[in-house]
Amino acid sequence: MKQQAYKMFDATTIPGDLCPIATKPTPMLPGDWRSMRPVVDRAKCVKCAVCWLYCPVQCVVEKAAWFDFNLKTCKGCGICATECPQRAIEMIAEAA
Amino acid sequence: MSAVLKPKSKLVVCDGNEAAAWAVSLANVDMVAVYPITPQSSLVEYLAKFIADGRLGAEIVDVEGEHSVLSVLQGACLAGARTYTASCGPGLAFMFEPYLRTPGLRLPLVMTIVTRDTLTPQSVWGGHQDAMSVREVGWVQMYCESVQEVLDTTIMAYKIAEHHDVMLPVNVCHDGNYLSFGAARCELPEQGEVSDFLGAKDVNWHVALDPQRPMAVDPLTGGAGGPGPSTFVRYRKGQCAGMQNSLKVITEVHEDWGRRFGRHHAPLIESYSMDGADYAMVTIGSMTGAAKDAVDAARARGEKVGLVKVKTYRPFPAEALAGALADVKAFGVVDRSVSFGWNCGPLFQDAISAMQYAPRRIPAMSFIGGLAGADLTVAHFERVIGRVKELAGNGQVAETVWLNEKD
Repeated sequence: MKQQAYKMFDATTIPGDLCPIATKPTPMLPGDWRSMRPVVDRAKCVKCAVCWLYCPVQCVVEKAAWFDFNLKTCKGCGICATECPQRAIEMIAEAA
Repeated sequence: MSAVLKPKSKLVVCDGNEAAAWAVSLANVDMVAVYPITPQSSLVEYLAKFIADGRLGAEIVDVEGEHSVLSVLQGACLAGARTYTASCGPGLAFMFEPYLRTPGLRLPLVMTIVTRDTLTPQSVWGGHQDAMSVREVGWVQMYCESVQEVLDTTIMAYKIAEHHDVMLPVNVCHDGNYLSFGAARCELPEQGEVSDFLGAKDVNWHVALDPQRPMAVDPLTGGAGGPGPSTFVRYRKGQCAGMQNSLKVITEVHEDWGRRFGRHHAPLIESYSMDGADYAMVTIGSMTGAAKDAVDAARARGEKVGLVKVKTYRPFPAEALAGALADVKAFGVVDRSVSFGWNCGPLFQDAISAMQYAPRRIPAMSFIGGLAGADLTVAHFERVIGRVKELAGNGQVAETVWLNEKD
């Protein structure tokens, strides 16, 4: 991780049983626990951007001729697949 | 900041809602968010007027409901502001989600509950059911007896809440109708003396929203999948410790107030006419005035009756109450609300739990009255005194008595 320019809050200055605070980022992305993933059929995708509009976590990424997904942040909700007018998106199970 | 006009110490005639607004002004609160609800509404109007008139240099936030009220104030408190709100009944119910989180975040908010009976049956009148329904959530709760006590306690509440050993939100409860709209003589302390009493603001020394020093407040704790149950347990225990510490802090702050302003309010409980009392009543809130009159009249007839008023209800002053009642033959507890599932009043429940500290078992009875704005008169307390005297004689505990059943 990049060195931050600002000073971190010194949590040791307050009693350890007072208030839950965190000063160290611990990234836990939805991609770590997703159970279904979207797969786009490039032949069917017309780049209408409906998936891009509806995605609640903004993980839809624009490619040259189709839309794809950032699977680190996609939580697998399937809204894109439901909303896609071309039925170009299929939800498939993540491997166990 | 606009110029702030402050009066010298002076006498006014005002109701409890105005007294609370004066206290907020004298405490130099930075941010107020309130949503009007009967019987609290005039308190909001007084605050808005004080701010518009330049008496209180606070921001007032117009919110769309009570859930937002407390959410706004949590943010303000995290950014270092001294904050205030007031609500009751259905408004308090709508506020419940952020209300639950406030003590865990250890935010020293002060909130008046202008007590109101809960729905249904439909009612807009006073009763303690709203405040009693949130008694186990982790806020300090103090119940006032008079308009003057509303003003004094609201100011003291900031000193209690912001004490480093406490760091908990405080509810100052005053009875809807009887204190909210009952006008009485009230002394407004001088601004400089109140500022000296409260000292410098030190609201968020433990958490501080500051882009230059980033932190996350309230990260995930807990057992399954989290960092382990001990983290959660540690904070819960810390919260309980803050609650217990406040017993001492409430007492000290009330003593300090008495020394500085000459008005000595009982911090936890008040023993009235308890010397040589054979039996006693336990009361809470504004009903205590009529109850004291009934005690005086009974004493004049030679009855050995006394009274214990509970001011601080959370944390519960268990040892103080057990000590005060240790020598009586019986006691009766008068509640202005009910405990569903126990068929008695909640204060009664707490009082008999506290009596585990007494050296022997003392017969006790629960009385419920004053629901939905019903008046509790001297005559009602004379009935209570009669029943408790009987109990002291025969030791036979009877079912809960509903005082306004035939009114």
